[in-house]
Amino acid sequence: MSEVERTRLTLAVSARDHIEGPNDAPVTLVEYGDYECPYCGRAYPIVKKLQHELGSQLRFVFRNFPLKEIHPHAQHAAEAAEAAAAQGRFAEMHDALFEHQRDLRDLRLSEHAAAIGLDVARFEKDLADHTYAARVREDFLSGLRSGVNGTPTFFINGLRHNGPWDFEVLLNAIRAASTTSESTSR
Amino acid sequence: MSTDQHGALAPGTEAPDFSLHATPDQSVSLSSLRGRPVVLAFYPADWSPVCGDQMALYNEVLPEFHRFNAELLGVSVDGTWCHLAFAAERRLHFPLLSDFEPKGRVARLYGVYRDEDGTTERALFVIDAAGVIRWSYVSPVGVNPGADGILRALETLEQERQHV
Repeated sequence: MSEVERTRLTLAVSARDHIEGPNDAPVTLVEYGDYECPYCGRAYPIVKKLQHELGSQLRFVFRNFPLKEIHPHAQHAAEAAEAAAAQGRFAEMHDALFEHQRDLRDLRLSEHAAAIGLDVARFEKDLADHTYAARVREDFLSGLRSGVNGTPTFFINGLRHNGPWDFEVLLNAIRAASTTSESTSR
Repeated sequence: MSTDQHGALAPGTEAPDFSLHATPDQSVSLSSLRGRPVVLAFYPADWSPVCGDQMALYNEVLPEFHRFNAELLGVSVDGTWCHLAFAAERRLHFPLLSDFEPKGRVARLYGVYRDEDGTTERALFVIDAAGVIRWSYVSPVGVNPGADGILRALETLEQERQHV
C-alpha cells in the first residue's frame, strides 16, 4: 500500500458536510472525531483556537468516527449532533457535546437540545428512531477508507496529518498548506 | 518461500496452518476457516492506549469484514487470560489468539517475530478462501495501520470471486 493512497481523504468535502468557515478559504481542516473520546475533548479547544487565529483563512469540517464499543455514548451523541444539524444547529450541539463530554446520557442530550433552541420532541424522535445512524456510519466508513486509525484524525487540504496535533503543530501545518495552495492557484 | 523486505511472508505464499488457543479451553485453527477469507492481525501487545488502539478500531469494522464473509483473528504473544480480560474490557467481538507457547512460533512462521522485543510485528495478512496469502503489510510497530488496506484487499478478492 503506498503512502499516498493511505493518507488521502477519500470523500471530498461537499454540501453534505457541516462546514464552518468560507468555502473559498485556502485551507480546509477535516477532523474525524468521537464525542466521548478524551483526546477529541482535548482537541476541541485547539480547533476553536485555530479558528479564532485564522478566521476566514480556515474552513473546518467535523465528521463522526464513534468507537462505540469502548465509548458507549458516542454513537448516540453523534446522532444527536446530526439531529441538531437537521434543525440547523449542528455547531451549537457539537460544542455542547464536547463541553460536557463526561456526561452524554440521553437525558443530557435532550437538555442540550432545549438549551440551543431545538424542537425537542422532534430531536428525541430522531434519536429514538436512529434517523441519522446511517449518516454517522457513512462518516465512519469514509474515515476508514481514508486511513483514519483512531481519534482524532485530522486532514489538512485532503492529506492526513500524522503525529502530534497540538496548537502550534497544527497551526504550522495549516500555514504551510496555505502557502502551497496559494502558490498552486497562481 | 517468498518474503517482503521485513521478512514477512509475501502475497502468493500458502498461509502456514496453525492452531492457537483463543480461550484456555478453545483453539482456532486456520485450516478450519478454509472457504472464506481470513484477516490475520498480529499486534505487539494487549492494553495499548484506547483511542488509537488497533483492535478497538477493528472491532468497529467487523460488520464490514463480515460483508466480505471474512473472519478476523487477532494474534499476539499474550496469554489467554490476558486476552480474555482485554477482550472483555474493550468489548471485542472477535477471537484473540495466544501465540504464547512456544512463544511466537506462529509469528515466526509468518516472518513477523521481533526477537529484540519478544513480541510480534504489527503485521496484517489477508488470506483467501483457498488458504493463500493475498496481501500483507508490516506497519511501523508504533503505528496503527488502520483498516483501509485490509478492506481494499477483501474487495479485490470479492471482485475476483464474482468474475470466476
